[in-house]
Amino acid sequence: MDYRLGTQCQFVQNQVMVNSEKDRASLLCMKALANRGRLDTVSQQMASHPQYLESFLRTQHYILYMDGPLPLPYRHYIAIMAAARHHCRYLVSLHSAQFLRVGGDPIWLQGLEAAPPRLQHLDHLNKVLAHQPWLTARSHIQALLKTGEQCWSLAELVQAVVLLAHCHSLCSFVFGSGSDSDGTPTPRVHHGTPPGYCLCDAANGNTTLSPPPAGPTEKASRRRSLDSSCEVACLLEQIKKSQEEIKERKGDRLHSQTLLHSDVEEEEEAMFSADPSRFVTDPEFGYQEFARREEDHFQVFRVQDYSWEDHGFSLVNRLYSDIGHLLDERFRNVASLPFPHSPDLKRAIWNYIHCIYGIRYDDYDYGEVNRLLERGLKLYIKAVACYPDSSKTPLCPLSWGPVKASEKVHVNLLVMEARLQAELLYALRAITQYMIA
Amino acid sequence: MEKMNRVNTISGRTMFCHLDAPANAISVCRDATQVVVAGRNIFKIYGLEEDGFVERLNLRVGRKPSLNFSCADVMWHQMEENLLATAATNGAVVTWNLARPCRNKQEQLFTEHKRTVNKVCFHPTEVNMLLSGSQDGFMKCFDLRKKESVSTFSGQSESVRDVQFSMKDYFTFAASFENGNVQLWDIRRPDRYERMFTAHTGPVFCCDWHPEDRGWLATGGRDKMVKVWDMSTNRVKEIYCVQTIASVARVKWRPERRFHLATCSMMVDHNIYVWDVRRPFIPFATFEEHKDVTTGIVWRHQHDPYFLLSGSKDSTLYQHMFKDASRPVDRANPEGLCFGLFGDLAFAAKESLMAGPPSVGDVGRKTYPGGDRRYPIFFFKKPDVTEQFAQVSSALSVFESEAGSSVGMDWFINTAQSYLLSGKPFAELCEHNAQVAKRLNRLQESTTWTMLRIMFSEPANPSLSTNHNLNKSGNLPLVNSFSMKEMSAALNERNKENRQDNIHSLETNLNNNDENEETEGSEGQAEYLFGDAELDDDDLYSMEHDNQAAEEPEYLLPQEAFPLRHEIMDHPSAPEPVQEKPESPHVSGSEAESMCLTPMESISLISVSQLLFSPHLPPKFFCPIVKEMLCYYAEQGDVQMAVSVLIVLGDRIRKEIDELTQEHWYMSYIDLLQRFELWNVSNEVIKLSTCGAIMCLNQTSTTLHINCSNCKRPMSNKGWICDRCHQCASVCAVCHHVVKGLFVWCQGCSHGGHLEHVMEWLKQSKHCPAGCGHLCEYT
Repeated sequence: MDYRLGTQCQFVQNQVMVNSEKDRASLLCMKALANRGRLDTVSQQMASHPQYLESFLRTQHYILYMDGPLPLPYRHYIAIMAAARHHCRYLVSLHSAQFLRVGGDPIWLQGLEAAPPRLQHLDHLNKVLAHQPWLTARSHIQALLKTGEQCWSLAELVQAVVLLAHCHSLCSFVFGSGSDSDGTPTPRVHHGTPPGYCLCDAANGNTTLSPPPAGPTEKASRRRSLDSSCEVACLLEQIKKSQEEIKERKGDRLHSQTLLHSDVEEEEEAMFSADPSRFVTDPEFGYQEFARREEDHFQVFRVQDYSWEDHGFSLVNRLYSDIGHLLDERFRNVASLPFPHSPDLKRAIWNYIHCIYGIRYDDYDYGEVNRLLERGLKLYIKAVACYPDSSKTPLCPLSWGPVKASEKVHVNLLVMEARLQAELLYALRAITQYMIA
Repeated sequence: MEKMNRVNTISGRTMFCHLDAPANAISVCRDATQVVVAGRNIFKIYGLEEDGFVERLNLRVGRKPSLNFSCADVMWHQMEENLLATAATNGAVVTWNLARPCRNKQEQLFTEHKRTVNKVCFHPTEVNMLLSGSQDGFMKCFDLRKKESVSTFSGQSESVRDVQFSMKDYFTFAASFENGNVQLWDIRRPDRYERMFTAHTGPVFCCDWHPEDRGWLATGGRDKMVKVWDMSTNRVKEIYCVQTIASVARVKWRPERRFHLATCSMMVDHNIYVWDVRRPFIPFATFEEHKDVTTGIVWRHQHDPYFLLSGSKDSTLYQHMFKDASRPVDRANPEGLCFGLFGDLAFAAKESLMAGPPSVGDVGRKTYPGGDRRYPIFFFKKPDVTEQFAQVSSALSVFESEAGSSVGMDWFINTAQSYLLSGKPFAELCEHNAQVAKRLNRLQESTTWTMLRIMFSEPANPSLSTNHNLNKSGNLPLVNSFSMKEMSAALNERNKENRQDNIHSLETNLNNNDENEETEGSEGQAEYLFGDAELDDDDLYSMEHDNQAAEEPEYLLPQEAFPLRHEIMDHPSAPEPVQEKPESPHVSGSEAESMCLTPMESISLISVSQLLFSPHLPPKFFCPIVKEMLCYYAEQGDVQMAVSVLIVLGDRIRKEIDELTQEHWYMSYIDLLQRFELWNVSNEVIKLSTCGAIMCLNQTSTTLHINCSNCKRPMSNKGWICDRCHQCASVCAVCHHVVKGLFVWCQGCSHGGHLEHVMEWLKQSKHCPAGCGHLCEYT
């Protein structure tokens, strides 16, 4: 324990030295470190944008711990469900531990079937929101709110939706930044590290301070992806291939993971960091190209008809007080992050992510996306936004090698926030439609 | 006269027609005969006939209409009948000329904005001037005779939500912004706004100039407010504010009614409200026809207040007649009811209802007839001829609670003042509090205290060596879950009231313990009887004194947990060891750490010296029950009990209840105490709390910043010497020496000095010791 804390303090200190002007970040990190005895890897990544980090932490704390209609174990369980959709071991184990800490029933962690039926009902919405949010319809909301023994109240549902969207998008960030311990090349690193060395920290510390170390597998895959004109279809194929490999490796990896974590808390987490697929039904359901489905009856979502500022905010704030302001601050902060490139690029990234999810802006020329975003970046964004699943794709994100790690963090933040907003928009629109009818 | 005639020609009824698509905005032509409806997929002109809408023209032409037809806003020129302008969602500003001979009526297309254009506005008197406001943060002014904008105004901030030309000032327009600001611009000066002020928190969706009052601007925002600003003065002043129930999307002043305006919302609420801004609490009229949010409202004619047109996302276009509006005032309940702090009940109702003869239950009722002088604003409002509200005059009755009735809060105050929370051994605190509760006839609470004492006291402690047999009988009932029959039988004689069986057996334990203590020459038995009967009616203070005299003769310095007079204490009084009985392992309730340690030690002591098994249940055993009990009290609204028990039990229970709940209870209790002005008790509670958030309450605003008396600059370092002028700043006015400790000074003349010196001085003289002639007071 002592040893780990020591390394973390060192890390924080390093950070202070690297960007001494960002006292605020280090302060926040220190605070978090002092509070929990550990600094979660996500916060470390975001620490390069202190203002954003502040609003992120505040939102997260609010939805997980502060006033709200859902009981605390429910909140963490919903977070587990959401993270499991993307096989994000990191978040699943984190929330499993917190679930137990707030007094959740350990039996629930055996799998979704062990959870109360009310939470099981939420699974469908979870699935749709995670992968194809445009399918979210009034009928889903209606089914959940239909009066009965296991019905949801509107306020509870809104909190659940915010939680789901938050965690889905956080999966993207975790995946993009490589914080998921699963994402690191497994056996090699383990041999070389001293006992008590934290896997997550390694992944993190390295990525923020220097370019991520590329394992041999990664290098190979990068070459492959550069050779072939890696379109998404081809990408999917690769995913399937690699999936099989991973399944084989999974057994011993788990083993090594439990060995690694030394302190009690980690052990506790590791116990539940086993397969997230326990919380998932219909695992085949995944992202599908929106454009292809356009001929079907799915209409493009026009921001001009339902926007966060005008509509989403008012609804969500009405049903779950104060969350609107917190989310608003997050969106604002991410929009005002200092970006080394032109604001056009930022807008292009944002709109591209929304476009992937079928959300269009009337006042945007989508040709600009192609002009401004190189293919590698586009693929990276798409992979992080739509397939943030480390058990499936260790391949694609590496085809985009940004010059600076900070740039990557920035893009990851954009992806996360854009995705969060997209899911919220779809869900809230469905709720609005339900309320009108 | 001409105007009147024209207005009179308008007639009609409440009517509606279905549109093909949701509307985003509507606008009406000057002579009030036609209305244009614009939306993403609709752009049509309807004629307003006597008995219905008639579609006149579809401006949306072409096989696959471009996004230029997708309108966020539309405006019909008020001078030129054939001229329309639309704001397109793709950022284009389009003008349309109905006089064009071909099917496509599009006249000009300005594509200068980079983002969606939210609003277009024609100048009210200038034919060729058009203004636009866009999401990109710019406003542009177009001369329709030219192909490009003539000037661009940069709001230097986020998107522009609304732009409106002033009705009266030719050159002025107002713009509202997403960040909550409103800017006033002079059309001739594109470099800088004339004025800016923050009108709302969050986006200001709309604004509207008053048609007659030159300086009045109404704004509506996402924060659910409508505000009316007076711009005619130097400082922009908010003169009216209406709180609605949803974000305000549009606001329009009602013609010919100076104080009326109509609003509609963007989300959730589908109704249109007409407000009298002077009566902001209840809408003057409501139109409830739409099934989805209303997106556009417009008064049909600029001099006719009786017709309102509205378009909605539910794809309907309505004409509302004012006479058909529902009047919420008629349905409103003009009765009000409120509980006072001390259990008084105030009740206001229409005078007509209150006129009847006083009924039986009218004891303690005071009636203030309408127009009581204490409420002049409320009741003596001068009837305003322009105000169309029915005058309702109400009578206010106040029912004062009788002393000692269940409604009153006397018990709360008494309890708060009499409870002991610290400064004595745990058992005594419980005992005392049980007595207090009992005296106030709160038997349940009293029993609870007694039970707590039994649960958490070390049963074996005081009489470990001396009273072996009693000790046993004291312990066994706990093990046998309170079912010693002989004891409860014995108790029945003593107990006058009939209670439940388990309470009986609890009393048994109480008495056992009493006897334990009695054998030591302590107060137990006497106190019990004493609290039971004799002094029930005595008032609080005498009670307390008697208590001390009767029960603790050997205590030289009786500790008052609630000092009635001001008394400076650095620490919650920790009892000195001398006062403790040597055998007693108990330490004061305030000493948290030692408290949890000592009983544990004695447990081990017992088990070693006496028995191989622990003869009683560990206090921990009861924690879940106690926790439940605390939650029960808090739920019942008796947060006083919850907090008092929490403090007295201290570490025994603290860890069982999560911090947030504790904090919540503390806050509620402190709030209540402060309402009753029980400052001392509240301070005591704050001091004894263990929540960080509560304890720091005492530290807020305790800093006093002072300036040097010589150089008048703030003193930073020490209180008595100034860093800057190196003079001793605070000199005693009596002895002329520097005051380094407590400095007391008069708030009137700001002279002062050593506390004792000033006190002495003011005993002899009424005037300030400095000779300034001020009549200082020392209380």
